[in-house]
Amino acid sequence: MAASDAFDILIVGAGPAGLAAAVTASRSGKRVGVIDDNLEAGGQIWRGEATKPSSREAIAWFERVKQVRFEMLCSTQIFGAPAEGMLLADRVGDAITLRYQHLILATGARELFLPFPGWTLPNVMGAGGLQAMVKGGLPITGKRVVVAGSGPLLLAVAAYLKKKGAKIELLAEQASASSITRFAANLWRTPSKIVQAIDLKYSLGGVRQQNGCWPVEALGKDRLEAVVMTDGMKRWSIECDYLACGFGLVPNVELALAFGCQTAHGFVTVDGSQLTTVPHVYASGELTGIGGLELSLVEGQIAGYAATGDIVAARELFPDRERALSFARRLAKAFELRPELRSLAHPDTIVCRCEDVPHKALAHRASWLDAKLQTRCGMGPCQGRICGAAAEVLYGWGRTSNRPPVLPVPLGHLSHQDSKLS
Amino acid sequence: MKSAGRVAVVGAGIVGAAIARALTSDGFRVTVIDSRPIGSGATAAGMGHIPVMDDSEAQFALCRYSQSLWDELADRLPASVEFDRCGTLWVATDDEEMAEVHRKKQFYDERGLEARVLDSKQVAEAEPNLRAGLAGGLVIPRDQVIYPPCAAQFLLDEAVAGGAEVKIGTPVQAIDGRSVTLATGKKIEADAVVNAAGWQAVALTPGLVVRPRKGHLVITDRYPGYLHHQVLELGYLKSAHGSDHDSVAFNVQPRRTGQLLVGSSRQFDVSDPKVDNHILKRMIDRAVEYMPGIAVLSAIRVWTGFRAATPDSLPVIGPHPEIDGLFLATGHEGLGITTSLGTAALISAHLTGQDAAIDPTPYLPSRLMGGVAVHHHE
Repeated sequence: MAASDAFDILIVGAGPAGLAAAVTASRSGKRVGVIDDNLEAGGQIWRGEATKPSSREAIAWFERVKQVRFEMLCSTQIFGAPAEGMLLADRVGDAITLRYQHLILATGARELFLPFPGWTLPNVMGAGGLQAMVKGGLPITGKRVVVAGSGPLLLAVAAYLKKKGAKIELLAEQASASSITRFAANLWRTPSKIVQAIDLKYSLGGVRQQNGCWPVEALGKDRLEAVVMTDGMKRWSIECDYLACGFGLVPNVELALAFGCQTAHGFVTVDGSQLTTVPHVYASGELTGIGGLELSLVEGQIAGYAATGDIVAARELFPDRERALSFARRLAKAFELRPELRSLAHPDTIVCRCEDVPHKALAHRASWLDAKLQTRCGMGPCQGRICGAAAEVLYGWGRTSNRPPVLPVPLGHLSHQDSKLS
Repeated sequence: MKSAGRVAVVGAGIVGAAIARALTSDGFRVTVIDSRPIGSGATAAGMGHIPVMDDSEAQFALCRYSQSLWDELADRLPASVEFDRCGTLWVATDDEEMAEVHRKKQFYDERGLEARVLDSKQVAEAEPNLRAGLAGGLVIPRDQVIYPPCAAQFLLDEAVAGGAEVKIGTPVQAIDGRSVTLATGKKIEADAVVNAAGWQAVALTPGLVVRPRKGHLVITDRYPGYLHHQVLELGYLKSAHGSDHDSVAFNVQPRRTGQLLVGSSRQFDVSDPKVDNHILKRMIDRAVEYMPGIAVLSAIRVWTGFRAATPDSLPVIGPHPEIDGLFLATGHEGLGITTSLGTAALISAHLTGQDAAIDPTPYLPSRLMGGVAVHHHE
């Protein structure tokens, strides 16, 4: 085994949590590596900020990143965890083995999609998904966009798209106006959030916003032409070119499950130092609970210190984490999904896009396993990443552990093994 | 036993499902009991290949009879069962394996089962993605492939339509010939009980000689037209899978979806269901040796399962030698999907007292349980 592949601390995910972990872990002088499947660091929330940071926090953190030494392994995807201290990864088509003493998982979250008629039409996209595509070069100037779903991400996406020249026809939040007002009134508890909120309000000036409002159908022949909205009483239709739609976030727990980390309510269980139930494996960020940027940063820092044995420095951040956690709890309560969203799908609405499984084939199944076996729901290339989370909301099914590999890889990768293993 | 009697079937895998269907149609009042979803054990883990095997006369007889029952059912199977008469192609790498091809051909000929010998060129034409330079092969054109969990559901649906009751999510604690005791302590009374719990049957019927034999499978993304037959190596018979040692063999299957199932492995005395990377590597290396191009196909899932294996590689079908009213239907190893229908017909014959279409003797539990002390649960 070449020493070049052996790290003291290996961090999976180069979003805010992973980068924060890398910064604090690197202070120990130990060998730290950060793996990310994207071309550059930043994750979902700081996509494209590594080279040209624009937000306050990104500027500050990428500056800190510059001041420490760690190795960045981009375009690298973990697909297996064959033994303790070892990871298998795909690096631009090649299978490689990586070793570690301590591992920090910071794999973030993805958007929750809930099926409604027409949601599979071209140009119906995830809110974060559309933002990423625009960052990747999709022209959006002059396009009419409806941003709908739930959670603070919608505000950030709408502000970004507007800045890029999109015409935001409506910004629709499913949570009720009273719930949002209560949440906003409590923002004083977290002063930095007020700054963010004011920033957003400023950038969203002139955009029509409505709370207690959600999409019920996407219309169009070959692609999206209009979206039907409701406030629970009346329905109306809005013509648009894009629907950017997400109903909050679900953690990317697949890798943690591959290690055998325990989860509770879908999130990875950690102790005070962000250690999971598996020795030497830490988790931070959205993986342990959806809490936004601040919580991700502080959890990442704690994990970085803890993994290098600096418990004193880790402890100093506990009060910050407690504050961010209390914000996360208020956030979760404020943006709780309304029950009406569970009945948007019609009998023929596709729930599993990989295997074309409609709602009517699933509604009477007994469990996620039963649904998988009898309908192939969740058995396609995405392994239930999309429909599994939707099925949890729609049918109340808990998901059991995932099958390896963590993501589809060339068959030959599965035969890649370190000589020491045999 | 009088039909109209009550029969409890423990196990909602494909064997239990087939038995429930057969007994319901005989007029019995059937209750199927399982702790887990329909067809979620070995039924879901296996390939769903329905071949007529020739390891022994008894194995051949049960496979052939069962395959004919699948043929009868074929037109009525829903699309979800993905019934596909793709045939089996046994491939030979050298003269020694070609000799085995001819021996098999003669075996099938003598019993009136269609089999065609292919030379090197014909094998390459039949499956262009096989490596060049194979010696030849043998095609068994009537062999089939199905998707077993949906087949189990179909068989149970027919049983339910005939009046059977299915209790899922119901762990069983103990059985005897007259009742099933659930984990909750509740007792289900019956006139006969069938233990069709796969390798877990042993826990309910001590003295039964059935061992779990672990297997691994990989499924790929969709590549329609990549493969046309279920393709197996002949080393399958010669070396590997015959012994008690861990073994792998080249065994690939085209699914109706265009996906490829890639196998196979066999391991005794392993109870951990986790993927074993060492044997997985051996299994994939073996497959790539025969079909080099599959190394770059996208693999989306790996899983394991446990077959119920017996010392003589024949299933255990029939009355328990000592416990009145208790019937056994397990030990099918890698042929449970194929022989589920034949097994059901044999159990039906045992319960009704009517003649079976094939000789039931080779499969009787007494052959393996004769000298074994059996504990009664009464």
